[in-house]
Amino acid sequence: MNLQLFALAFFDGIAYAALVFLVAVGLTLIFGVLRVLNVAHGSFYAMGAYATASTVGAIVAAGYSPWLAFPMMIIASALIGGLIGGPVEKLLLRRIYDMEEVLQILVTFAVFMILEDVQRLVWGVQPYFESSALMVLGTVDVLGITYTAYQLILLPVVAILVLVGLRIFLRHTLSGKLILAVTEDREAATAIGVNVDRVYLVTFVVGASLAAFGGALASATTSVIPGMGADMIVLSFAVVATAGLGRIEGAAITALLIGLGRSFAVYLAPELDVLVPYLIMLAVLLVRPEGLFGMAHTRKI
Amino acid sequence: MRSILPALIVLLVAVTPVLAPTSQVLLTLAFAKGLAVLGIIVLLQAGQVSFGHALYFAVSAYVAASVARSFGGELVTTLLAGVAAAAVVGLVVGVFVVRYRYIFFAMLNLAVSMIFFALLEKFYYVTGGSDGLQVPRPTVVGLTLERGEFETILFYGALVLSLLAAWGTHRYLASPLGNMLRAIKTNEVRLEYLGVSARSTLLSGYVLSAALCGLGGALMAVAQGIVTPEYAYWVRSGEFVFIAILGGSGSVAGAFVGALIYEGVRTYAAAFASDIWQMVLGIVLLVIIIFGPSGVTGLYQRLMDRLVGPARPRGAGDSERAPGAAE
Repeated sequence: MNLQLFALAFFDGIAYAALVFLVAVGLTLIFGVLRVLNVAHGSFYAMGAYATASTVGAIVAAGYSPWLAFPMMIIASALIGGLIGGPVEKLLLRRIYDMEEVLQILVTFAVFMILEDVQRLVWGVQPYFESSALMVLGTVDVLGITYTAYQLILLPVVAILVLVGLRIFLRHTLSGKLILAVTEDREAATAIGVNVDRVYLVTFVVGASLAAFGGALASATTSVIPGMGADMIVLSFAVVATAGLGRIEGAAITALLIGLGRSFAVYLAPELDVLVPYLIMLAVLLVRPEGLFGMAHTRKI
Repeated sequence: MRSILPALIVLLVAVTPVLAPTSQVLLTLAFAKGLAVLGIIVLLQAGQVSFGHALYFAVSAYVAASVARSFGGELVTTLLAGVAAAAVVGLVVGVFVVRYRYIFFAMLNLAVSMIFFALLEKFYYVTGGSDGLQVPRPTVVGLTLERGEFETILFYGALVLSLLAAWGTHRYLASPLGNMLRAIKTNEVRLEYLGVSARSTLLSGYVLSAALCGLGGALMAVAQGIVTPEYAYWVRSGEFVFIAILGGSGSVAGAFVGALIYEGVRTYAAAFASDIWQMVLGIVLLVIIIFGPSGVTGLYQRLMDRLVGPARPRGAGDSERAPGAAE
């Protein structure tokens, strides 16, 4: 493997890791607060991608500037998170927090099944491809390789901004501190007057919007096809589980690890590229069942 | 009294090839799925759900297909080879996944099945890729049969296998091992304090569930005459879990009741709702979980309790039994 190929695999990995991180961080945030692993998370990713690809396609076809793609991504993901994520939490998940864990898993799985068909009804089964946002940013030359600025610069920068932004939001704003308080001890937080229902709703909407945002950004780099949600939920679960459930910074590092592992596999052992993320996850979980950055639970008697 | 209706249903199903020959294949497929769902129900007894059990369905189906293609295929050896392969894979994967519970258990199973699905499509020179493999019709005790005869034999074979599997699973769940399995759901720590390894208990249940899914998969492969990567897709795993919840996860009968209802409705109603079939399943699943978590068999039990008075607690039939395993 020469230097250019190495750099190419490295850039691919970074760009991929940035997208996976955005989805995984939403998943881990929701789990950290609600204690429910949202199987429907992949659907938000897919719907973010569909919504962006179809609206940007329409905007560009109508002759408007392709730069509008960027605000459109943010609008689309906020709408998906709020209009679909909000009701899911408020009408459905709220009923199941006291149920057995296996039933909670099944409820989010049912939501996933429903949303998969919603996508097919709204957007059909034909692939969408809309790369105006990718084109408009042009390319950069690094180490003799021409790479798109969108993937090499924009995606990593957005991922880092989200990571830093989330940290500031959680540690230094009132809403963020309320979320942390509920995560720490739900009953104590309720006792001192925190509106737990609201915190749950806000967390879920933010997490779902992040997944949709990941999909929105991904839509410029790949075809939007049915089934992408199922692939993404498994992959982002692999990231989240490898990092340790509920660990936000850990998810960033693991996303990088898995993203790079996968992109190098594409060049070195193409048959194995789909396997690498899971092999990494299995290897980590065999050694540290609580994940790389997770904390071991004390057994409750 | 309470066993009259189940006995009637078994009888009715048994005479179907005579009364309604067209639904014979449909029922065979329902039995194949019911067997796989039985595997899911074993795991649900331990409070665990797997989103990846289509893996064992597919492993067994592909092995059965390969055996039927390369060795000329006798029905019994084809089925046995499939089940054995599923059990071996179940043991290997099980050693790893039984260390985990709940969402980890569910998602790790899903991850393994997605890997297998990807491999099936990728290694097309072995698996036929997304076109799958044709399964030649196996011989039955050395006889080459016409399609109609073969289907009838397969139907009764599936019926007998289902009854045997249901009885065996019921015995397993009522045995000390099965009671320990259910103690994983109610109080795993207590189980460990009694000196029982929760992992090896769950592993026994896991291998059984893999073998049951394998039996279903091999049967499906032989009945349909073709295996495709769809056998391993998450949609099918989800279908199994759905049927288990629909039929009622508390009893072995739930698997077959659920599978019969599901296949029946799917065949006659899916034509009207093929675009939104997943959505319909999802909505029904939500309704059952929120309003009637014990499924169809649970409803029947409750109806019977009201009509003839409560039954005495029996082995696997009731999920509300005292939590301890070996009191």
